[in-house]
Amino acid sequence: METHNLIPLILGMAAVTYGPRLAPFLFFSNMKVPPIVDAFLKAIPMAAIGALIIPGVMTATPDMPMAALAGMGFTLVYGLFRGGIIVPVLGSVAVTWMAMSYF
Amino acid sequence: MRCDGHGHELTCSSVNPNVVICNMDKQSIQAAAKAGIPIFIGYFPAAVAFGVLAKTCGVSLLETLMFSSVVFAGASQFIALNLLMTGMGPVGIVLTTLLVNSRHILMSTYLSTRIKEKTRAWYLPIAFWVTDESFSVFAFTREKLTRTFVLGVEVISYTGWCTGTLAGFLLGGFMPPVLTQSMGVALYALLLAILMPEIKTSLRSLFLVLASGGLHWTLGYFEIIPKGWRIIVCILVIAGVGALLSVSWPQKEDVHGNA
Repeated sequence: METHNLIPLILGMAAVTYGPRLAPFLFFSNMKVPPIVDAFLKAIPMAAIGALIIPGVMTATPDMPMAALAGMGFTLVYGLFRGGIIVPVLGSVAVTWMAMSYF
Repeated sequence: MRCDGHGHELTCSSVNPNVVICNMDKQSIQAAAKAGIPIFIGYFPAAVAFGVLAKTCGVSLLETLMFSSVVFAGASQFIALNLLMTGMGPVGIVLTTLLVNSRHILMSTYLSTRIKEKTRAWYLPIAFWVTDESFSVFAFTREKLTRTFVLGVEVISYTGWCTGTLAGFLLGGFMPPVLTQSMGVALYALLLAILMPEIKTSLRSLFLVLASGGLHWTLGYFEIIPKGWRIIVCILVIAGVGALLSVSWPQKEDVHGNA
């Protein structure tokens, strides 16, 4: 493609990315949080991770969605029995790679 | 400079020009390394995939590195490349980025209530480096969060993302395409691995994760809400459900620190 100057775009993206990251720190950090809001905030991690993984993972390997699922399957099964992050992450890439190479 | 660690040995040096180091407490740094290195390892291959893709799209090395170092937002960087290729103009891409990254409002709100020290000067860098993955690690850290720990994890993550991007751009041509595509799974696996201990011990958490994924999938399948809005709508709705659930069925132990 033609590559015109992308730097203004990048700076624009940076501004609209930093804004949402920063604003709550400036406005909310000293606020007293009522219990229902606290419960809401504490549920955000689960809600966020669920929506981030599903269904995005289906398009992680566009040529063969099953390969990404196989990789995630490894992470899931490994995580059921053992803890840690490094092995499940690298293992999932390896399993995905093998699935894409041999099937 | 006052060192406000809590009982640990502080590595304070009056000759050290770097006052930030003075404030850091050794235990927080060690904990940050332990929590941050797995994110580094998850980010690196995903960033390699980004570097490769950017080069394929004809983006220059400088611009590719700027995407990762100045924007520093995994998913929206990939989306921006896709939109560039479809010919969308910069305004459209920036607006899409705003939508996609508006979810960080919720994550930063959560973090701002959990970080022990209320220091504005530290918020500026801490906020810049908030990501889905570092946020998830913080969310499942039981202890109170110190700013040194938070910043440490974030800097390690950032290093992984930027070096991975560089490696992908420079070495991508030497790697088989199947391998670089496989590396795209790393981010998802990273999130799942961070989540595993939580969903193994809490049915409610497992339910919320599946409900949010299910809602996101449904919204996408029926194209009910414009694409950029879907994730934040899912988070708002499902976290709302989670809040109601926790009020009606309080759990004995909450994984979160008592912030």
